[in-house]
Amino acid sequence: MGSGENQGLNGLRILDFSWVIAGPETTRYLAFHGATVVKVESKNRLDIFRSYIPMAGGIPGVNRCGAFDAYNSDKYDIMLDLNKEKGVDVAKRLVAWADVVVENFMPGTMEKWGLGYNDLKELKPAIIMVSFSMQGQTGPNSRVAGFGTELQSLVGYTSLIGWPDRPPSGTNSPYTDFVVPWYGITGIMAALDYRQRTGRGQHLDIGQLEAGASFLSSAILDYTVNNKVAGPMGNHLDYTAPHGAYRCNGDDKWCVIAIHTDNEWRSFCQAIGHPEWTKEPKFSTLSGRKKNEDELDKLVEEWTVIYTPEQVMEKMQKCGVASGTVATGQDIHSDPQIKHRGHFKVLDHKEIGLHSYETPSWRLSKTPGEIRMPSPCLGEHTEYVCREILGISDEEFIELFQDGVFE
Amino acid sequence: MKEQSMSSLPLSPYRVMDLADEKGYFCGKVLGDFGADVIKIERPGGDPSRNKGPFYHDIPHPERSLSWFACNINKRSITLNIESLDGQEIFKRLVKDAHFIVESFPPGYMERVGLDYTELERLNPRIILVSITPFGQTGPCKDYKASDIVYMGMGGMMYISGDPDRAPIRISVEQSYFQAGAQAASAAMIAHYHRQMTGEGQKIDVSIHESVVCSTHLTSFFWEIGGRNVRREGDRVSRGTVSPRMIWSCKDGYISWRIWVAQQGSRTRALVEWANSEGKAEELKDLDWEKMDFNHLTQEQLELWEKNFIGFFLTHTKTELYEGAIKRGIILFPINTVKDLREDIQLQWRDFWLEVEHKELADTIIYPGAPIKSSEFDCHIRYRPPLIGEHNEDIYHYELGITQEELVVLKEGGCI
Repeated sequence: MGSGENQGLNGLRILDFSWVIAGPETTRYLAFHGATVVKVESKNRLDIFRSYIPMAGGIPGVNRCGAFDAYNSDKYDIMLDLNKEKGVDVAKRLVAWADVVVENFMPGTMEKWGLGYNDLKELKPAIIMVSFSMQGQTGPNSRVAGFGTELQSLVGYTSLIGWPDRPPSGTNSPYTDFVVPWYGITGIMAALDYRQRTGRGQHLDIGQLEAGASFLSSAILDYTVNNKVAGPMGNHLDYTAPHGAYRCNGDDKWCVIAIHTDNEWRSFCQAIGHPEWTKEPKFSTLSGRKKNEDELDKLVEEWTVIYTPEQVMEKMQKCGVASGTVATGQDIHSDPQIKHRGHFKVLDHKEIGLHSYETPSWRLSKTPGEIRMPSPCLGEHTEYVCREILGISDEEFIELFQDGVFE
Repeated sequence: MKEQSMSSLPLSPYRVMDLADEKGYFCGKVLGDFGADVIKIERPGGDPSRNKGPFYHDIPHPERSLSWFACNINKRSITLNIESLDGQEIFKRLVKDAHFIVESFPPGYMERVGLDYTELERLNPRIILVSITPFGQTGPCKDYKASDIVYMGMGGMMYISGDPDRAPIRISVEQSYFQAGAQAASAAMIAHYHRQMTGEGQKIDVSIHESVVCSTHLTSFFWEIGGRNVRREGDRVSRGTVSPRMIWSCKDGYISWRIWVAQQGSRTRALVEWANSEGKAEELKDLDWEKMDFNHLTQEQLELWEKNFIGFFLTHTKTELYEGAIKRGIILFPINTVKDLREDIQLQWRDFWLEVEHKELADTIIYPGAPIKSSEFDCHIRYRPPLIGEHNEDIYHYELGITQEELVVLKEGGCI
């Protein structure tokens, strides 16, 4: 199974009931490093990303969705109807096989199927279970439905993305969904180590609310200590100017420039060829630049708008000023550094065709990991998982099939 | 029941030598949450990242940085000049019993001071070296200068954030170093699993830029599969071929809610019924939301429906709307500030907030607590953020057996 090289987690067995982003992103990285991940789906509750656009070629189909495809590479996919007793029975046989069970349903859902942590623990005391959720498994709001897109507002992120003179604008991404996977991976690895030492399994309860708040800890301390409530600042930053995104030549093209010290300010002036306005005393000190920041931003943009973002970045970097592009999805694919790191890897998906998958932000020198399989088609490995992993006989497989267990 | 003692935390047998500044110190924080013994190794006088605001009572001082507090809790601190020969000698002694080294120096620095991976591996073949740098150890941008806004811009997050008629924007509270640190911790633990199985250590190269790309894992496939770039849409979000409104004004602030159709259509009906009971949104009461599909709706139609909710939201506070939504199964959340977050009942019920005594400030500070919960252990606070070199004696004298006289010499020589 998989390639011969050890990618770090070979031999690790993950049973994955999760859907959408938080759970699937977590298990995708584990699969990338060689863990065997079996994803359980059902016709009755498809991963909702099997119906989201974009779909390859604009043609609808459960195996053609970009979002599902992006978060599920290297996994085996089995269809199991957990509303049928025999379906739960097969799931329990997979639990007996697994080291780790991952799920991110509304708290209480796994219990309903008889697959809650207490049920699993009875079956296999050393099982490690990870439950992702919005607000945790316990407490008055643990069963409040939601998605990261809305939940990030509860955590505080939406209030921190916007302009001081306008209502919040937020982001077009479920940001907190991309916070929890890191706690998931670290938590699973730590729990496995703990199990090796003590023989004990555990249940990890990872909510986007608490995990998301941990990434705001400095702003939280500024409130609990100094009573200061962070608000949206556009692109401005205390004690720094100019600091922002500036329009460049092209359709909705932007660069960013961040100048923290007087030395960098002098380098910046040099990089843009010392136009008259840079010599004005009001811009020569940080306090002056902060006081006249809006005017300064306009003047900076009069210069940047002549160039492409890449040109601005090059000129700035040459003079030692922090600067970059504002990358679109397309730009990320052509970014020379991202290319150099081999971030994208092209595989051929049965229905989507040849296209690229993303790899992690880390490079491990001895167990680099690799994307070996494109995302699975719905139920693609039902038979494989039953025969090769569970050792189910042909007779039983056919019987289960006829009973509609694999739906 | 949790049968917990200090030594029973999942990572309590392991030591992390944390040389990282603000670019990477969150990595050690996460490993510390899980119980690792994290030793902060600071240059004599304290790490420069201690000068990052905000500060306790707004007084700039290296032992009052709140950003530093937030990410260096549960660590101990020693001072050590790893550029001096004596310092390197001590560092190498510590490496022999360490499990992880986390550093965020510019690419090439560790080689220059003679502490590159080859040397560290020679001293301790099981060591895991985690290097966190702006763009990675190699490549055309490896020496580029950057800060949070550069990573957020180049990582794809800014292009999808903000209002369509203005510049793309960053999240006003720095995120890239949290992403990079948390991802580095994940990578370190994957390497640790491999080490436990095989005895083999390794080095890890984490790019902060790439960590933001991974935290925006959405825009690249929209381009690749859908042939279009996700953009910033202000108070709206892209769904299907339309963009429902997501941010609404209410009586005392803002809330997040959107029209749902298809499988989740009943959630829209629930809000329509609530609004109807107060004489609002009457035109919408007979619509069958479950039968609709975002891929077959027009933006114009959607916006016509949305107008019906404006008045309803304005008559309620965000707390009334959140509580009413919970009762009715509607997906609606208040747009909280950090102040609202501090008052959130769910976090209070789960004992999220932790009071940490800072004797040196004669004060107690409330910290955000465990990012995750476990049936086996609590990520509790073992140490408040350390003072500069607070644990020099513990480590140098009691652990390494360096005599007090030798310590004085090292101190005078600028080594510790």
